[in-house]
Amino acid sequence: MSEEKHHIVSYRTHAFVLLALLVLTGISVAITQLEMGPMNTLAAMIIAGIKAAIVLAWFMHLKFESRFFAFMVSAVVVVFLLVLLVTFFDYSYR
Amino acid sequence: MTVHRDDLGDKMGMWLFIFTELLLFGMLFVVYAVYRSMHPEAFKLGGDELDVVMGTINTIILLISSMTVAMSISAMQKGNKKLALTLLTITLIIAVVFLVNKYFEWGAKFEYGFNPGAPELLELGHGTILFFGLYFIMTGIHALHILIGIALFIYVVWQIRKDKIHQTDYVWLENTGLYWHLVDLIWIFLFPLFYLIH
Repeated sequence: MSEEKHHIVSYRTHAFVLLALLVLTGISVAITQLEMGPMNTLAAMIIAGIKAAIVLAWFMHLKFESRFFAFMVSAVVVVFLLVLLVTFFDYSYR
Repeated sequence: MTVHRDDLGDKMGMWLFIFTELLLFGMLFVVYAVYRSMHPEAFKLGGDELDVVMGTINTIILLISSMTVAMSISAMQKGNKKLALTLLTITLIIAVVFLVNKYFEWGAKFEYGFNPGAPELLELGHGTILFFGLYFIMTGIHALHILIGIALFIYVVWQIRKDKIHQTDYVWLENTGLYWHLVDLIWIFLFPLFYLIH
């Protein structure tokens, strides 16, 4: 038997999280219909990042798990961003 | 005799698997970023060919299905087997609907000759070929994950019915939930990068 205590997230919280995600989806669709040049992509990526953070924190329970899980996820995100950065350095200075 | 169980270890293993998946898709996003920076106009025109309404509908239903899975875990923790099963069945239906939408979407692209290797596509130039190549590979691998998710949900529903997964032993449900949220997470980035470029 498992001895660990589990945090039970209420149905209400889940419903609010979904509502927030849907509102953000609506905002990103609306914002990209405007002509803002490269700012469109930046705005869409910032909103996607916020949505991803919400999914990770609430739906994937990172907020309620040991901090170590959140640390590991952050490490993977940093690795990804570094690879992206290094790749662009390579392509920009050829 | 008590059976040894390590739910935390099981979950950590699932997260390690999720990291390999994130890096798999992550590298495809890197390829996308490089090619888009080299062919901005072609990617913009390619994005205009995609159906924003269809993409938005799929985004909304996938988010709803993420919530129903998360809720089914809460229901299981509270010992409400019936509600957990109902929520998982809703998730399963949404997953199938997502794939049906994808089928029609891809079908339309094939009709217009945007599929890899189509003679019409080959005349459109490098950037467009790259855009649709990435579109089919990335949404295709994502759809494959949806298919695997459907298989996992069928297994979990079956195990809950047999009471093999229950209020005090539900790590299978939790890990399947994590997998499904990963599928949602990837779509959160695929959607704006392909459908919403203007």
